[in-house]
Amino acid sequence: MNKKGKISGNSSKKPLSNLLVHLILIVICVAWIIPSLGLFVSSFRPRSEIALSGWWQAFQPPFAFTLENYSYVLTRGNMGRSFVNSLLIAIPSTLMPIFIAACAAYALAWMRFPLRKTIHLLIVALIVVPLQMTMIPILRLFNKIGLTGSFFGIWLAHTAYGLPFAIYLLRNFIVQLPRSLIESAQIDGASHPIIFLRLVLPTSIPAISSLAIFQFMWVWNDLLVALIYLGGTPNVAPMTVTISNMVNSYGGGWEYLTAAAFISMLLPLIVFFALQKYFVRGILAGSVKG
Amino acid sequence: MHTNYILLAIIALAVIPIFLWVYLLISEWIASHTNRRAASILRPWFWILPAISLLVVFLVYPVINTIVLSFMDSRSENFVGLKNYIYIFTDPNMLIVLRNNLLWLVFFTAACLVLGLVIAVLSDRVRYESVAKAAIFLPMAISFVAAGVIWRFMYEYRPAGSTQIGTVNAILTTLLPNFEPRAWLFDRSTNNAALIVVGIWMWTGFAMVILSAGLKGISVDVLEAARIDGAGEVAIFFKIILPLMMPTITVVATTLIINVLKVFDIVYVMTNGNLGTEVIANRMYKEMFNYRNYGRASAIATLLLFAIIPVMIMNIKRFNAEEGNE
Repeated sequence: MNKKGKISGNSSKKPLSNLLVHLILIVICVAWIIPSLGLFVSSFRPRSEIALSGWWQAFQPPFAFTLENYSYVLTRGNMGRSFVNSLLIAIPSTLMPIFIAACAAYALAWMRFPLRKTIHLLIVALIVVPLQMTMIPILRLFNKIGLTGSFFGIWLAHTAYGLPFAIYLLRNFIVQLPRSLIESAQIDGASHPIIFLRLVLPTSIPAISSLAIFQFMWVWNDLLVALIYLGGTPNVAPMTVTISNMVNSYGGGWEYLTAAAFISMLLPLIVFFALQKYFVRGILAGSVKG
Repeated sequence: MHTNYILLAIIALAVIPIFLWVYLLISEWIASHTNRRAASILRPWFWILPAISLLVVFLVYPVINTIVLSFMDSRSENFVGLKNYIYIFTDPNMLIVLRNNLLWLVFFTAACLVLGLVIAVLSDRVRYESVAKAAIFLPMAISFVAAGVIWRFMYEYRPAGSTQIGTVNAILTTLLPNFEPRAWLFDRSTNNAALIVVGIWMWTGFAMVILSAGLKGISVDVLEAARIDGAGEVAIFFKIILPLMMPTITVVATTLIINVLKVFDIVYVMTNGNLGTEVIANRMYKEMFNYRNYGRASAIATLLLFAIIPVMIMNIKRFNAEEGNE
C-alpha cells in the first residue's frame, strides 16, 4: 500500500494531479456520506422542524432536537417488537446453516464416496439460483402444513437458502487443512465426530466468522423472504417489513421514518465498524448468493 | 406473547446443535458396527444427509416445480403451453418491466464499475485511503429498505417557492438559479434514474473493494518501468492498469449483474413499481400476491433463472478447472 503511494508521489505531475485527486475523492466521499447523515440528523428533529426546514438547518437556532421520534416508533410504531423479531429470525437463521453446512463440507472435503463430485457440482450451481424460483412451491407447502407466518418456517427457508454458499465456502476452507493433521488424529483412534468437533471446527473459525457475519447481515437486511413467508402479520414482522409498511402508511411522516430506519441500521453499523475486516471479507465472498 | 417466541428461539439454538451432535454420534455408531466396506459407503451419506434433504426440499424440487408451473394456468390446473411466456414478451406492461431491467443492467453495472475503479485508483494515492473506502463501503451494511427511506428523503419534493427539505432539490435550486424543483420519484422521465442511483450508491463500495484489491496486485515494477519510459499517468492507466485488471473487472461485473437482475427491495419501498418503474422481481411478487396468477409468476421467475444460467455455467467450468488441478 505505502510503497504504491510513494511511487505515485514520485510522478512528475505531482502537485497538480494530487490536488485534483484529493478534490475528486473528497467530493465523492462527501456525496456518499450526505444521505446517511441527513437521515441521522433528521431522526432527532421534532416534527415541526423536519417539515419546514432542511436537515442542514438543524445546526442553527432554535437548535431543536428531540428523542421523541425514537420513543414513538419503539413503543407505538411497533419497531421495538420488530427489533426483537429481527433478532429472533436472524440468529437461528445464521447458526443453523453453519452447523449443517460444516458437516456436509467435512464429508465433501475428507471422505471419498460415489456421487461426491456430482453433489458438489450441484451445490456450486445452486449458489446463484434466484430465490424467486423457489417461492411459489415453498409457500404452497408452508400453507399446507401451517408454517406460513411462523418463525420456524422462515428459519428453515433461510437455512436452506444459505446452505449452498455456506457449504461451498466451508468446504474450500476445510479441504486446505493439512492431510497429516487429519490422518494422525485417525491413527490415534479419533472417530469422525471427534475429529470434526476438536480439530476441524476450531481451525475453521476464520471462515466460520466471515460466513456468520455475511449470513447474519443477509437475513437481517432481507425484505423479500420475510414478506413472502411471514405475510404481513405485525406480530412476527422483522424491521424491514415494518419499515416498508410505515413508508406506505406514513408517507411523509419523516420524523418517524428516519428514526425507524436508523434503528434498523444500528446493528449493521456496529458490526461494520467493529468487525470491518471480517465484514468486508464475508460480504465479498457471499455477493454471488441467489 | 413474545416470551413464547424467545423460548422457541432458545430451544432452537440449544436443541439443534445437540440434535445434530447426537445424530452424528449415532450415525458413527451405526457405521462402526457394520463392516468396513459398508461403513465407508454409509458414513459420508450420514454427514451430508441433513444438508442434502434441506437442499432438495427447498431448492431442487421447487426449481423443477416452478418450471412446470410456468406452463400451467393461474391456478396451476391446466396446461397452457407457452401462453405465459408469450405474455411476458408481448404484454405492453411486461415490455416496460423488461426495459426497466435492461436500464438497471446497463446503467447500474456501468456506473458501479466506473465509479468503483475511479475511487480505487484515486484512493490508492492518498493517506486517508481506509477512511475514504469505509465511507463508500458503508451503504453495503444497511438494508435496501433503510436505503429506500434515506433516498426518499433525499428526493423529497416541495413546490417551487417553498423551502426544499429534500437534499437533492435544495442543492440544485441553490446552485442553479433557474432550476425548478422536481418530484424525482413521480416524474416518469426521472424516476427510473432516481432508483438506479440508489442501487449505485449501495453497490459501488462492493466494486471498489474488489477492484482495489486487484489494483494492489499489479506489480509496482511494471508501473515504474512505464514511468521511466516517460508514460503519463493517464496512458499508464489505460494501457497498463486497465488491461491487467480485466479479469477482476469481469468478476465484479458478473456479480453486479447477478444482483441487479433480482433487484426488488429498492423499487418495492420507493415506488412499489408504479409510474413505469416496475422490474422483474416486483412484477413476480405482484403476480403472486395481487393477481394470484401462479402461472405467470412462475414464468417470470423462470426468466430470471435463464438470465442467470450463463453465470452458473461459468461457475461450474471454473469449479471443474479448480478441481482438476487438485
